[in-house]
Amino acid sequence: MAHLDDSVAVAPLPDTEQENTMILNMGPQHPSTHGVLRLVLEIDGEQIIRLMPDIGFLHTGIEKTCEAKFYQQVVPLTDRIDYLCPMVNNLCYVLAAEKLLGMEIPPRAQWIRVMLAELQRISSHLVWLGTHALDLGAMSVFLYCFREREDLLRIYEMVSGQRMMTSYFRIGGLALDPPLGFFESVKKFLDMFEERIDEYENLLTGNRIFIDRLKGVAHLSIEDAIALGVTGPALRASGVDWDLRRDMPYCGYENFKFKVPTSQDGDVWARYACRIEELRQSREIAKQALEGLPEGPTKADMPKVVLPDREKMKTQMEALIYHFKIVTEGFTVPPGEVYQAIESPRGEMGYYIVSDGTAKPMRVHMRSPSFANLQALTTMCEGRLIADVVAAIGSIDIVLGEIDR
Amino acid sequence: MPLEPAITDLDRLKDHPAIATLLAWNDKAVAGAKFDRQELSVYVVREFIRDACENLKNQGLINFLSDLTCADYYPREPRFELAYHLLSHQRKERIRLKVRLAADDAVVESITSVWPSANFFERELFDLFGIHFLGHPHLKRIMMPEDWEGHPLRKDYPVEGYR
Repeated sequence: MAHLDDSVAVAPLPDTEQENTMILNMGPQHPSTHGVLRLVLEIDGEQIIRLMPDIGFLHTGIEKTCEAKFYQQVVPLTDRIDYLCPMVNNLCYVLAAEKLLGMEIPPRAQWIRVMLAELQRISSHLVWLGTHALDLGAMSVFLYCFREREDLLRIYEMVSGQRMMTSYFRIGGLALDPPLGFFESVKKFLDMFEERIDEYENLLTGNRIFIDRLKGVAHLSIEDAIALGVTGPALRASGVDWDLRRDMPYCGYENFKFKVPTSQDGDVWARYACRIEELRQSREIAKQALEGLPEGPTKADMPKVVLPDREKMKTQMEALIYHFKIVTEGFTVPPGEVYQAIESPRGEMGYYIVSDGTAKPMRVHMRSPSFANLQALTTMCEGRLIADVVAAIGSIDIVLGEIDR
Repeated sequence: MPLEPAITDLDRLKDHPAIATLLAWNDKAVAGAKFDRQELSVYVVREFIRDACENLKNQGLINFLSDLTCADYYPREPRFELAYHLLSHQRKERIRLKVRLAADDAVVESITSVWPSANFFERELFDLFGIHFLGHPHLKRIMMPEDWEGHPLRKDYPVEGYR
């Protein structure tokens, strides 16, 4: 009987007398584990007897680093958690910090946040779709998806100066009002994107091979999904009609109309269908945000917390003083604790922040959706074939940056 | 919305369904409560946390474990505060259960038998805070290497590590 040595951080093998099983390492350098994820498979021929994920290869101690930074300095760290949708992470952190401070955010800032968060959902889902299809042998979809993602990265660059690590949302609003020509670019993208989704669907949804690889594979029942802490599209594909944007609205999502796609099947195909529909719904929300964008300031009026405008700093003494104080000493936050959860492209992203009344957070914890969703992989894959593992990993859409933090 | 002062009086909060359920089940289990920034926290006595979770789940008040984490209040004693973020999909409501743990006795019963999703969360706390969960199926380090010394998220662990 094959066995693992004690140093492996996975569960010990049960004392079964199973002959002819083999231990197979998948990863950490495997193209379809989407990062440095190691899976230890116990296999009998092609069939998986047991599967244990082994994580931690990308652990950088972000939570510990946050404790040594001022509140506003944590924002760039949150970019690096889920690098496929940095602004969604920014959003979750700033919402939590604003809740701690009891701040009110101007509507224009909220609507721009919603618009950008939905564009991030689109670009994150595009990476998922491209890599998922690539794993299953459909290479051209990947190129199509990255073509549109490139347009989106240009939009992020336009608004924040960075393609990926944007840090555009700040505590109290936005870093700056979006530049000239930004809304036109977004409009152009949204007008073009509807038919691009049809294009992806033409390549995949009717594709016999793709259907055969996805339908009925890696089934997750509704009870298992809830017990295993699965959230996001994977939970909705198992039949739970739950979306934090609709059910516990934050950041002004109650002003937008959208459908929450669900399915009862709970297999990889259902997750695929839910995410494709989410692409359309996200486009719809971003469009509503663009069309109904209110005028007004993009920063809250709280000079002790929000950095002043550049112009004011040059003409007003107080603005210069506040700027100096915020940058050098940070701002104090009343003691307390908050948990703020938002719907990230992968599921419930939550920030738990504890303040002890100083300018640095005492504890910042990120509840990352991938971390919880990964636990369901074992249930999905046991008893199935190795090739199905690749489909299952793609379908829960994990990002190792936020699993390991 | 300016901050309202936190309500920490258990008598004023006992009408909340979750607290009422817990008090009706076992009034010794509830050590206190806090309502702050629109969030409800209930302090639960350590010995009863697993049963409290199970009770809330069986009564249909909660069905989902969102998150399980901890904060270190060093040098205060008891220094650890575990935070169980529970969610009800039906009632669209969150509750936070809190458990205080002392430094020399950082042991608590695992809730993996109530929600298997607690598995990774508890392993993470074991790894980074050194909290032991009794009855956990596989309590091993998850983020740090197996032979790592110390628990990095404790406050007495330096940010740049031991050199």
